[in-house]
Amino acid sequence: MHNEHQIPIWFFIGLLLTVYGVLILGCGIYNVIYPPENPVKLANLHADIWWGILLLVIGLIYSIKYRPSKGQP
Amino acid sequence: MKLLKNLCIAAFLFVFLMPFKTATAASGGASSHLLTLSPIDMLIIAIYFVVVLAIGFYLKKYTRTGDAFFMAGRKMTAWIAGLSFISANLSSLETMGWSAMAYQYGMLGAHAYLIGAIPAILFLAIVMMPFYYICRTHSVPGYLKLRYGEGPRALAGISFTFLTVMVSGASMFAMAKILNLLLGWNMNVSIWVSSITVGIYVFLGGLLSAVFNEVLQFFLIWLGTILIPILGIISAGGWHKMLETAQKNAAIIHPTVQNADFTSLWRNLGSFDTNPMGIDWFGMVFGLGLAVSFGYWCTDFLQVQRVIIAKDLRSAQNGTVIGAMLKMLVPIIVTIPGLLGLAVLLNPDGTPMILVPESDPRANITLRTFNDVLPLLMGQYLGPGLLGLGVTAMIAGFMSGMAGNVSAFATVWTYDVYKPLLNRKGSDKHYLSMGRWCSILGVLISIATAYALFYFSNILEFLQVLVFFFIVPLFGTVILGMLWKRATPAGGFWGFLAAIIVSMSMWVFVHTFPEGSRPHPSVIISNNAVVSVVKQGDDKISQVIVESGQIRTTNVAIPLEAGKEPVTSGQYVAPQTGIELSGVVKDGAIAKNLRVLVPDAVEADTKQHTKFGVEGISLVLKPGVTIQASYIAKKFDAAAFNPAHTKYVARSEKAKPMAVNMYSAFWSLLVCLSVTIGVSIFTKPKPVEELKNLVMGLTDIPDEGPCPWYHNPKLWAAVVLITLIAINIIFW
Repeated sequence: MHNEHQIPIWFFIGLLLTVYGVLILGCGIYNVIYPPENPVKLANLHADIWWGILLLVIGLIYSIKYRPSKGQP
Repeated sequence: MKLLKNLCIAAFLFVFLMPFKTATAASGGASSHLLTLSPIDMLIIAIYFVVVLAIGFYLKKYTRTGDAFFMAGRKMTAWIAGLSFISANLSSLETMGWSAMAYQYGMLGAHAYLIGAIPAILFLAIVMMPFYYICRTHSVPGYLKLRYGEGPRALAGISFTFLTVMVSGASMFAMAKILNLLLGWNMNVSIWVSSITVGIYVFLGGLLSAVFNEVLQFFLIWLGTILIPILGIISAGGWHKMLETAQKNAAIIHPTVQNADFTSLWRNLGSFDTNPMGIDWFGMVFGLGLAVSFGYWCTDFLQVQRVIIAKDLRSAQNGTVIGAMLKMLVPIIVTIPGLLGLAVLLNPDGTPMILVPESDPRANITLRTFNDVLPLLMGQYLGPGLLGLGVTAMIAGFMSGMAGNVSAFATVWTYDVYKPLLNRKGSDKHYLSMGRWCSILGVLISIATAYALFYFSNILEFLQVLVFFFIVPLFGTVILGMLWKRATPAGGFWGFLAAIIVSMSMWVFVHTFPEGSRPHPSVIISNNAVVSVVKQGDDKISQVIVESGQIRTTNVAIPLEAGKEPVTSGQYVAPQTGIELSGVVKDGAIAKNLRVLVPDAVEADTKQHTKFGVEGISLVLKPGVTIQASYIAKKFDAAAFNPAHTKYVARSEKAKPMAVNMYSAFWSLLVCLSVTIGVSIFTKPKPVEELKNLVMGLTDIPDEGPCPWYHNPKLWAAVVLITLIAINIIFW
């Protein structure tokens, strides 16, 4: 894991969480604009919006901090 | 680009193929699916598959030697080793299974993550890790070879390889069955797509791939499920209100243990009657806390492999301590959902929803099972997007569990069976190739096991205990070898073997019924039979009339003709006078309620399809109804415990399966230690010079130089231990 040429696992995790954060946040915003017919319990708390933001923030932190530097494959 | 394109195609094929439904042997007329995924959920799942395959292809170039493939190059940092160590034990079977345990046993379920794990993990980190690490073994059987010789290694190696792939197959089968029941996905496609994905990434990246995916899975499991306890506690009105409601509802949901306390860790362990598990503090401390826990955490190779691959001894120890810290947090996503299941899962009329064990005939026909607690809560609180993340976490958990087993199989087979017994002189390249192809072989055997379980699903019961037969004796043998230089090869072998035999004997004993084990009297009304349902004023069913069709009875006496002895087995047709079966059936001196299950019948009045299950009501069979009657009394029943026998093993007739397992583990460990010591006293030990770096007192722990205080494993082990004590006091 400390191979100098290897992309760290944290970067892959950051990337995945960023994509998931964008998708879930987008879904949450869509649900605010077009509320679903059968909402889940506690839908009024908009968990998808703040959870999407959380995933996005964690994802971006990991992606930026562990991004492959120049010269890496 | 071409690779990325292929990955995308594979992932999208997966999400498009999965939802196609087919009838399978295991689906057995299951009720409508619990969860419905939206396109965004499917996209989230597809992205996961693309990422894990991409990681596998990326890592291939880093696994060109045997050490890199089997031991990930021994380059892990403490955090990665710790996360992988804990993730290997956080599969979906684990999260769903232990949520179910908490639903069944209340807060006692959390002991598996506290006294049932933490002391053992810390012991592994501080006492055992130096030996595993210094002797540079590839596996736990490898240590046995060095310490005791070829006999114990061969016994452990062969049992382990066999069990690993069997467990992997069982996990695969469970995943396919759960995805079928929850989402309606095709079981064949679930098995093949997930297996091929696992096969590809383990073939390419070996243990490195498995570890990468375990770390990824750790994040997905936490981020995908932590919302359930958060939203559940808010919905229940706060922590204390949740506990109060759970305790109140538990009396209705679990009527056989009405007086049991479901909301404490120790207060209810004073006697066998005051807790839902039917265990006392002695069994919990010595059975779970000593035998099961130390056996599992200190000698299960799959676990130990995760930390012996760290870059140095200190990282291996710190990684293990990090694992212990994270382990203590798992009850948040496992035990709390189980308690929430008791408190917030309600029927539309506001009454508590009753879930049943898988062995209950009503399971998945009219009632959901204990294992559905977590998915039910997911369906209740997670909307589109979040649900996709939750299901992805579940799939990731299953797949990384499979990958862990397959990579462990490849290592133990190559180093502990193939190399010592079949081909001692192969090159590193040859063993690397063997390991890669073993990964594929492991996946194929797992698939075969999964398909075997379609037809022999009760094998699952045997598999779970097989692991348990083996792990506890292994710990006894290894720990004596590490701590006592007088332990001899003969002592190690016979102690190990005797404990395995005693474990198996106890298991057979508690499942033996000299008088015959008779399943509950029940009637199943076959699909498409025509029924009329008589209801009382409050809409409660008081009688069921079968107008036409077929019924199957088990252990029910049928009064076929007036004045003659009732019949219990055979095929009959209801006579012109019809038949009335009483709602109460005599089983010896005990009166039992007749259970009537209707998975899919047609109502006579409305011609609508209906399904329900009721107990204790009379059943009327109109003339012409076909009866297929059977009487079952098994002398041996793996799915049932004989209370008259469990009292000798678990000290109480009220002991539940978990309590019996804990006590059996304790006796098994005791036998292993006694026989090993006894035989060792009368046999010749190995020369001292051969025991260097293998036994305490003969091993010089290398000085790794000074380190900052925050890198000291002993300090963090003490912090974890204090936290453990505090948690136990708070939730006493």
